[in-house]
Amino acid sequence: MTTVEFEPWDDPQEKPLIHFQNVTKRFGSFVAIDNLTIDIYEREFYALLGPSGCGKTTLMRMLAGFETPTEGNIMLAGQDIVPVPPNKRATNMMFQSYALFPHLSIWENIAFGLKREGMPKPDINNRVEEMLRLTRLEKFAKRKPHQISGGQRQRVALARSLAKAPKLLLLDEPLGALDKKLRQETQFELMDIQEKTGTTFVIVTHDQEEAMTVASRVAVMDHGKIIQVATPDRIYETPNSVYVADFIGDVNIIQGTTTANGEDSYSVAWADGQAPLTASSNQPFSDGQKCHLAIRPEKIAISADKPEEAANAVQGKVLDIAYLGNISTYHVELPTGVVIKAQAANTRRISRRSYTWEDTVWLSWTATAGVLLAS
Amino acid sequence: MNRTSWFNVVSLTLGFAFLYIPMIILIIFSFNESKLVTVWAGFSTKWYGELMQNEAFLNAAWVTIKVAVFSSTIATVLGTMAAYVMVRGGRFRGRTLFSGMIYAPLVMPEVITGLSLLLLFIGIGLDRGVLTIVLAHSTFSMCYVSVVVSSRLVTFDRSLEEAALDLGCSAPQAFRLVTLPIIAPAVISGWLLAFTLSLDDLVIASFTTGPSATTLPIKIFSAVRLGVSPEINALSTIMIAIVTIGVITTSLISKHKMVRQKREEQEAVRN
Repeated sequence: MTTVEFEPWDDPQEKPLIHFQNVTKRFGSFVAIDNLTIDIYEREFYALLGPSGCGKTTLMRMLAGFETPTEGNIMLAGQDIVPVPPNKRATNMMFQSYALFPHLSIWENIAFGLKREGMPKPDINNRVEEMLRLTRLEKFAKRKPHQISGGQRQRVALARSLAKAPKLLLLDEPLGALDKKLRQETQFELMDIQEKTGTTFVIVTHDQEEAMTVASRVAVMDHGKIIQVATPDRIYETPNSVYVADFIGDVNIIQGTTTANGEDSYSVAWADGQAPLTASSNQPFSDGQKCHLAIRPEKIAISADKPEEAANAVQGKVLDIAYLGNISTYHVELPTGVVIKAQAANTRRISRRSYTWEDTVWLSWTATAGVLLAS
Repeated sequence: MNRTSWFNVVSLTLGFAFLYIPMIILIIFSFNESKLVTVWAGFSTKWYGELMQNEAFLNAAWVTIKVAVFSSTIATVLGTMAAYVMVRGGRFRGRTLFSGMIYAPLVMPEVITGLSLLLLFIGIGLDRGVLTIVLAHSTFSMCYVSVVVSSRLVTFDRSLEEAALDLGCSAPQAFRLVTLPIIAPAVISGWLLAFTLSLDDLVIASFTTGPSATTLPIKIFSAVRLGVSPEINALSTIMIAIVTIGVITTSLISKHKMVRQKREEQEAVRN
């Protein structure tokens, strides 16, 4: 079996489905979206990720037609959609509150959009049945929204927004109202449905785990700007800024100054009286440049004795241990006062744990474990 | 905790006595044999019979119902539109002024409302009659409708309308197919409120009425000035009965609905 890599963003021949050209949106003096240019490709599952107030919802509402940009163009399949009202756009939206019509049955909710476009009755019946099957809601067709559970309501909202076969489906925090276990199941369902229908999905979320799980690409936003757009693994492994490194997952940031000591290799002076750290980077750094070294806790090994061949090793004292069941996070205080987090899998029972509070331990990591970021 | 303390019992008794003794006396005396209102002379329903023969009262009742139906319908349409614009219109110039002006008639003394309407009708040369009362009642009761409807609209989830637009509705379609059915209970209670306000209004109706149109409150008021007759007691008892039945029915219906909805929601969680 061969799998074709889905990477239209790397193909210069590919035309984007959505193109934001220098879009700015102001509410009074507040700049919600700041001169933003992005491309979203067909069949993509594109996640807009950021803290609340970063402009991700405004961006989505501009795609749906509920907000118009103050400046710039939004192209959908080559057509400028800024002057097109929401009811004439080939996009549909799944709302955070689901916005199911409480006075209509599940069946009528799903049929609502189809009836508006004047589809013949037998076709409506077929399409609604198809949607009910897709979202496994056949049993509930006759019920009203208040007669079904939260997870089922979420699926109705999805079915209703997919019924018109939109070119683009917008999902505003679609899983926010579900409990954790249901949310994880639903994430895979969403991906499955996206694949089956071949629709382009744009999802807004503040939950980085959710974005990483479902998305083909993640756009990390802050203050109306896109900070980085990349596949989930690249966002995690090679963040382009301290902001992204810090926003996605757990990270240790060590400040220092660089000196080149080989091809793509730098030594990082980070504290007086401490041996410099070694880190590789394909971004150029000049000698004496201030930098941040970002290292994920799971890439740091913890041991009682100094490891022989580690590129980087520092000694410290265990300050705190967060026990998470499968793994433990050790907070280790270095002599300089810096606290470094290191993660280790709990392969042994907790009573046989090798290190405990106040123990002196060694932390080590390879030259490629961390990412060097310019300040 | 002692819930039936003497204080609770006394305040409850006093409160109910204060509210209902006058009405109970009125109802009892409507079944009085004697023509004298204050002397009990045995049980009889003859005043109800006589009331049914009294053309003037029946005419007045008919006029009152006509006025109430038309004015409350007009008030509901106008009041709902006003509420919608005030809640949904966003921030336009003079919005605060407008919303203040909508609610001003609520606190305006009825005498002033009545007088100003009278001057207006005279000014534009409109003959006073059923039409002028309908207009006057629509004017003052639309504020009440607007208050009831806008309090519902404030809690209305805006994304429901956006969902309707998103699924292909034009704005008027979204209002008709989504907003209106959902706020219907508030619109209906606004209509009922306007209806009852119109039914018992005396002051504004007296200002704006003409010789051709006498509403029931005006008729009763002028009849009482010539002396209270048992017929009026009978008429009032009928009105009390109608209102009581209406109130009990609506509260039973809404309670039944609420109980059913709660039960269905619990079932949905279990399944």
